Amino acid sequence: MRMKTLLAGLAMTTALTVPGLAMARPVTLTTTLKNYGGNGAYLALYVTDASGAYKGTLWVAGPKSKYHSHLSGWQRASGGNVAGINGITGASVGAGRTLKVTVDLADALFDAGYKLHVDVAAEDMRDSPSEVVVPLTAAGAGRPVAGRSYIQTFTYGM
Amino acid sequence: MLRWLHKVLALSVVVPLMALVISGSVLSGMPALERAGAISPPADGISVAELAARTVATHPGVEQIKRLPSGKVVAFHAGTDGPAAIVVDPSSGQAVSNHAPSTFERWMTNFHRSFFLGDGGRMAAGAAALALLVLTLSGVQMTARRMGGWARLLDRSRGGAMERLHADLGRLAALGLIVSTLTALVLSLTTFGLIPEGQSQAPAYPKMMQGGPARPMAEIDALRGVDLSQLRELTFPNPADPTDFFRLTTATGEGYVDPVSGALLAWQDHTVGRQIYELIYMMHTGRGLWWVGVLLGLSALAVPVLGVSGTALWWKRRRAHAPIVANVPAKVADTVILVGSEGGSTWGFARTLHAALTANGHKVHAVAMDHIAPSYPAAQRMFLLTATHGDGAAPASASVFLERLDGIGAPPPFPFAVLGFGDRQFPQFCRFARDVDAALTQRGWRSLLPLETIDRQSPQEFARWGKSLSAALGEDLVLAHAPERPRTHALTLIDRIDYGTEVQAPTCVLRFALPKSSLFARLMSRGRPRFSPGDLLAIVPPGETLPRYYSLASAARDGFAEICVRKHPGGLCSSLLHGLRPGDRVEAFVKANPSFRPAPGRKPVILIGAGTGIGPLAGFIRANRGRRAMHLYFGGRDPESDFLYRREIQGWLDDRRLTSLSTVFSRVSGGGYVQDRLRADAERLRTLVGAGAQVLVCGGREMAAGVRETLDELLVPAGLTPGLLKNEGRYLEDVY
Repeated sequence: MRMKTLLAGLAMTTALTVPGLAMARPVTLTTTLKNYGGNGAYLALYVTDASGAYKGTLWVAGPKSKYHSHLSGWQRASGGNVAGINGITGASVGAGRTLKVTVDLADALFDAGYKLHVDVAAEDMRDSPSEVVVPLTAAGAGRPVAGRSYIQTFTYGM
Repeated sequence: MLRWLHKVLALSVVVPLMALVISGSVLSGMPALERAGAISPPADGISVAELAARTVATHPGVEQIKRLPSGKVVAFHAGTDGPAAIVVDPSSGQAVSNHAPSTFERWMTNFHRSFFLGDGGRMAAGAAALALLVLTLSGVQMTARRMGGWARLLDRSRGGAMERLHADLGRLAALGLIVSTLTALVLSLTTFGLIPEGQSQAPAYPKMMQGGPARPMAEIDALRGVDLSQLRELTFPNPADPTDFFRLTTATGEGYVDPVSGALLAWQDHTVGRQIYELIYMMHTGRGLWWVGVLLGLSALAVPVLGVSGTALWWKRRRAHAPIVANVPAKVADTVILVGSEGGSTWGFARTLHAALTANGHKVHAVAMDHIAPSYPAAQRMFLLTATHGDGAAPASASVFLERLDGIGAPPPFPFAVLGFGDRQFPQFCRFARDVDAALTQRGWRSLLPLETIDRQSPQEFARWGKSLSAALGEDLVLAHAPERPRTHALTLIDRIDYGTEVQAPTCVLRFALPKSSLFARLMSRGRPRFSPGDLLAIVPPGETLPRYYSLASAARDGFAEICVRKHPGGLCSSLLHGLRPGDRVEAFVKANPSFRPAPGRKPVILIGAGTGIGPLAGFIRANRGRRAMHLYFGGRDPESDFLYRREIQGWLDDRRLTSLSTVFSRVSGGGYVQDRLRADAERLRTLVGAGAQVLVCGGREMAAGVRETLDELLVPAGLTPGLLKNEGRYLEDVY
């Protein structure tokens, strides 16, 4: 169980805070992994707009940047331009464990076609870009979604 | 310095090192096991497009195909508990088995690289690998020095059984350990980003050229041109994302393939740096080179044995270095003992000399030769007891002695005596002692006694030198050096055969029963003595401290201990033995003598002996159950009187344990010595030696010297000398 509260974090990923500068709310992202029988997984949580264009990164689990190429959906969406993830990076997440982070998200991101993606990769196992893709909606909050391979449930709650 | 480094490093990293090498050797077998489960692809090759089409046909949900270094083709798909995978037969696309990464291997891998301690553990593992590399290199360098130079590094090792085990195993494992540790260091440094791993950036993600329906897998041109043997991995487009594409990694590069047009969208060749990194990774893990893995694993397994033997050697040395009791300061000493010791045994002799002189009222100062003082104001005599290291070099405690000697001006008023310690198996026997003696004489130092040498720590030879010393000092001095004596066994005489009385060489072959041992004693491995022919039986006469050594003519498995004893006039121990009747007992123990026995193999063996020297040679023949070629040369006085083992030898010739026998006797008409018999056989001996024969000589010192000279002449046409053969371990002497 890991709890991170990030107030300043999103200053780095400006795109997410620009639309409604003053209006933001704390959102808790909870990712529980399956017991997939491997070493700790790297995760990237990021946001794209309706057309798939990259808007910003919310969290990266896994500190060694040389392995970040395995988070290929995130790398592709961001065009590899992920400088400035300092401060929103934590440890990798073990099989069967839960990652819980709280970030401040602009109100304008909700119900506006934006999508939240989770990429997962683990050593000697297959990479899973966009393991989870969920639209950011007020109604979708608190509803668990399963991933393709690694993720048991993913929930965002306000 | 080198030895100090080797020792301190080994003792300080022993725990992580053992964890590292044991887990490493377990992991090293994995690629070989993995390979056993691989399915060979069709001989005429198969393209990645075909493979992908077949796999998708049987398993529509496939997300990724990997070709593992073992050659296994694995298809990944979404399972219920995380990503699942199957091993695919590339010819049919059918699943052969589930591919589940072994929990045991993963656990072992994580333990091996980080001891489950995260980055701190990774650093510790890297440091342990560095320590092992330094241990290996320093060990190899010490071995080279001991052998007498790098050119002789691969010669047969010499010394005690434990030293030989340590040196032989170390040399055997060195290459594997160097590869393992160097590659480990590279991997460790890349993990911490201290050296680049050369991981080329994947090409920039392309924009989709066109939308539309995906082509059938088999018609994707960019994949049709790639053979399966080149494939590393192929990731399928995410079905939920119509703009996604194939990602292809091969042995040479990586890129993206458009599922609609089938064209290559972007490509990047692997950098040289990445290829080097992959090679290093492969060399370390054996993944893709299973036999390298097995070899490295075996080398790693040698490390625990090296650790134990090294510790035993260190302990032996440490005990030998115990401080001398009642050592007098240099300034007031009337007698100075300088010690040049490598392994510490010379210190033992120095201690005995020190004690004997002190008991006679002398004020004795003993110190390492390297610590020689510029002057000894009260000294009346100086003794230099020194071993020789390797091929004539100075031992550890005398490494700068000769340079220090230059700093001492005029020769001192007192006389000196040098006593050299060595092993005649080494070509440069007591060379350093001779060098020291010559250096002192050349500087005008006055000699008290001529140089003497002690072979293989013989207490008898030391006692003999003590007698010369008594005479020179004009006082009664007894040097009874008892190297630590093992537990003795009571041996019962069961048989004796007498020879040679008629020719004034009374000799008998004595056969002793081995003591019966209880089950408990056997379990504690201290029951029966264990020995092979050529080892020494040490007999301890009642009331004596010094044992007398006799070469054994039998092996423990023969069930008896047999020795040949010539009676010497006034000889205490030989008289005792000659007086034994069956049923009588003597106290004895076995001393290993591994440097005198035939090398394993099928090469012929030439055995040369005179008189009782035939004892161990008879033992070698008796033990020759494999019927390798053995040729015996034996010299005696009269075939009717002292032809030792005559009856047995006939039996051995009949059952081919002995190939040929050549005898010569000195007290018959037309007789001669064994050297004469060798000379007559010159052509045959050259042929045998040319075919790789090993020569073993046993007998008195004069006889051995005569044989050496004769062979020196005989072998000239073959371009060989006993000296050269000695370096190869093919000329062994047991001389008394």
